Amino acid sequence: MSAPPGVTFETLKKDIRLEWRSKDAINSMLFFALLVVVVFSFSFDPNAEESRLIAGGLIWVAFLFASVVALNQTWARELRNQVLDAYRVSPAPANSLFLAKAVGNFIFVTVLEALMVPLFVVFYKLRVLGPGWQLVPVAVLGTWAIVVNGTFFAAMSLRTRSREIMLPLLLFPITIPALISTVEATTTILVGDPTTSAKFWIVLLATYDVMFTIACLALFETVLHAE
Amino acid sequence: MNHLETAQPQAEAIITVTNLVKQFGRFAALRGVSASFTSARLYGILGDNGAGKTTLLRMLAGLVTPTRGSLTILGSNDPRKICREFGYMAHPSLLYDEMSGMENLRYFAHLYGLQDDKRCAEIIASVGLDPELARPVGQYSQGMRQRMSLARALLNDPKVLLLDEPFSNVDIRSAREMVKLLGHMRDGGKTIFVVTHQASLLDGTANEFIWMDSGQIINRTPDLKFMETA
Amino acid sequence: MRKAFPILGILTAIFLSYGLYLAMVVAPREQTMGDVQRIFYYHVPSAWTAFLLFFINFIASIQYLVRRNPVSDKVANWTIITLAVVCCIGSVVAAVVPDLKAALPQGTEPSAIGTTGVIIAIAYFVIRKYFNLEAVDALAVTTAEVGVVFCTVVLVTGPLWARPVWGIWWTWDVRLTSTLVLWLIYVSYLILRRFSSSGQTPVMAAALAVFGALDVPLVYFSIWIFRTQHPQPVIGGGGSIDPRMMHVLLMNWLAFLCFAYLVCWSRYRLEIIKREVEEAQALESLLEPRSVAR
Repeated sequence: MSAPPGVTFETLKKDIRLEWRSKDAINSMLFFALLVVVVFSFSFDPNAEESRLIAGGLIWVAFLFASVVALNQTWARELRNQVLDAYRVSPAPANSLFLAKAVGNFIFVTVLEALMVPLFVVFYKLRVLGPGWQLVPVAVLGTWAIVVNGTFFAAMSLRTRSREIMLPLLLFPITIPALISTVEATTTILVGDPTTSAKFWIVLLATYDVMFTIACLALFETVLHAE
Repeated sequence: MNHLETAQPQAEAIITVTNLVKQFGRFAALRGVSASFTSARLYGILGDNGAGKTTLLRMLAGLVTPTRGSLTILGSNDPRKICREFGYMAHPSLLYDEMSGMENLRYFAHLYGLQDDKRCAEIIASVGLDPELARPVGQYSQGMRQRMSLARALLNDPKVLLLDEPFSNVDIRSAREMVKLLGHMRDGGKTIFVVTHQASLLDGTANEFIWMDSGQIINRTPDLKFMETA
Repeated sequence: MRKAFPILGILTAIFLSYGLYLAMVVAPREQTMGDVQRIFYYHVPSAWTAFLLFFINFIASIQYLVRRNPVSDKVANWTIITLAVVCCIGSVVAAVVPDLKAALPQGTEPSAIGTTGVIIAIAYFVIRKYFNLEAVDALAVTTAEVGVVFCTVVLVTGPLWARPVWGIWWTWDVRLTSTLVLWLIYVSYLILRRFSSSGQTPVMAAALAVFGALDVPLVYFSIWIFRTQHPQPVIGGGGSIDPRMMHVLLMNWLAFLCFAYLVCWSRYRLEIIKREVEEAQALESLLEPRSVAR
């Protein structure tokens, strides 16, 4: 009996291997992320102080748009040759597939973010005035918030018409609290005002992540086996 | 609704379907299918496009739930509960194009809790392919791809095999070899269902032919002499 | 209900007219805002009606998800009952322990906790009794659609009111933002229903409704924290309300509820009939022999 973590890990490994082998997908995604940053930079040209106030919002909106393109991509692979059917007839649990996809997406989106952040820093002349280490939990929790719901809704959109547009339509309203939290937390940390703290936001993000991870795990099997 | 039994009164039915109905909106793919199937037999399922063959097979595999009616497969009402006991193969290859045959099988073996590379290699060899072949499946010929797909369906040594159009676009030689292999497996105790348009390939090997039309089973014959009446 | 419809229709027309009269003529002129404030009697009842409809949709969605399986159905029933009991206990505890009582938001009585829990439980079981699985899904569609309409009214009347009074069309305060997000979620719900094929639409839509229900409190809370960090004047005012205004408000809400009920009933009937027709057509195609040329 294969333990679920085993299946999750194997599926994740398989996804990473497949992603690595079809590098065109990664390359076009990276280029898209770059373009998003450049376009935003052309649209806003603030001075250093202004940029600290708005960069948080810009960065997270850019991440959101780049993620949507990536999220649609990872499920598309399971539709080719109807491979998803092979998973469905196997005894492997649905949640292992979900976790593997979500973690894979998380890694992928983190790579995108790692590319986009330095560009933002350069274009907006950003300097962190607050406790910079706090940006790490914000980034991790915020990315997971987008990815966990994104993976779930991307799976849901597989069975709808206009698949590519369904994902952002479903995802954006649900991620609004996470977006507010990440933007506020990032701005607070960048501005470094000693009277404000990003801690509330980090706690709220963590709550959001826990709630929706549980909801996704509870409902994924239903979505997977819907015809 | 037809309910035809062939003359094998002693053998126990391992699959029984009762009045299966499947409707996709207004289109009725299955209109009341009732039948029993016994073990260690090779059944050919024949009929025109739209007869309901694929829907029936997918229902046996648990990929489609019936609108009405029930099915019992290997003692269970829900195919998903006994999914270890059957293997499913469809016309799309159900394989990842970018990985080699061995890598594909290794992954799917994990889904069944098997971590035996030797077994994967043996199965690949048994369908007449080279386990060492590093070429990605996407570059295989159609015949090789179908055989690799069959290998995947055999991974968990299933008691029941559900094969949907395994010979389509496959060269005659490979197809004949596959049929021979299926015959061996049937002799070894497996129950095999083959949906195909190329009934002649199964002539002589299949135990029984099941003729479907318009979502129903219209006849069951031991050979191909049945000509469909309008 | 069919027979009662015309009577209820006339009653609703009477209530709405009376409500209009009360709102425009009888209600006292607001001190600071003037006559513009009267839009309040349409803005607030629309909001309450929309929230009620979305709440029913949430219950219907949960029921659709749990009632397909007898085990989860039983678990859900007991969970709801437990929730109601816990809320009642919570009420008693909050009333007795002074620290907890102080921690409650301003204006909330401890009994509100218990009442909320009990009302949720009653709504759950009433819906469960009168709607079977198919009907529950039809109920979900109905309440979502009519709810979106009323929510749109809220989002339009809000800025219309805010602009003359506070000088701005919109602000990101707790109530407005939460209402907007709720509207967005339910519009996406309706789009999902339209774009997915009929087999699994109810299940996926129900899942989305559950996600939405988890989301809205988080939105409310996040904006609340945001506002404590970046305070701004609250649109729509808080605090107490003149009892004469309250009377007009409640009268209009009654009228709106009657109207919402009529619309929902019509939409629900339409949905049920549509499904019956589809099923009859499907049955017909099942029985008729298929022609050779397809």
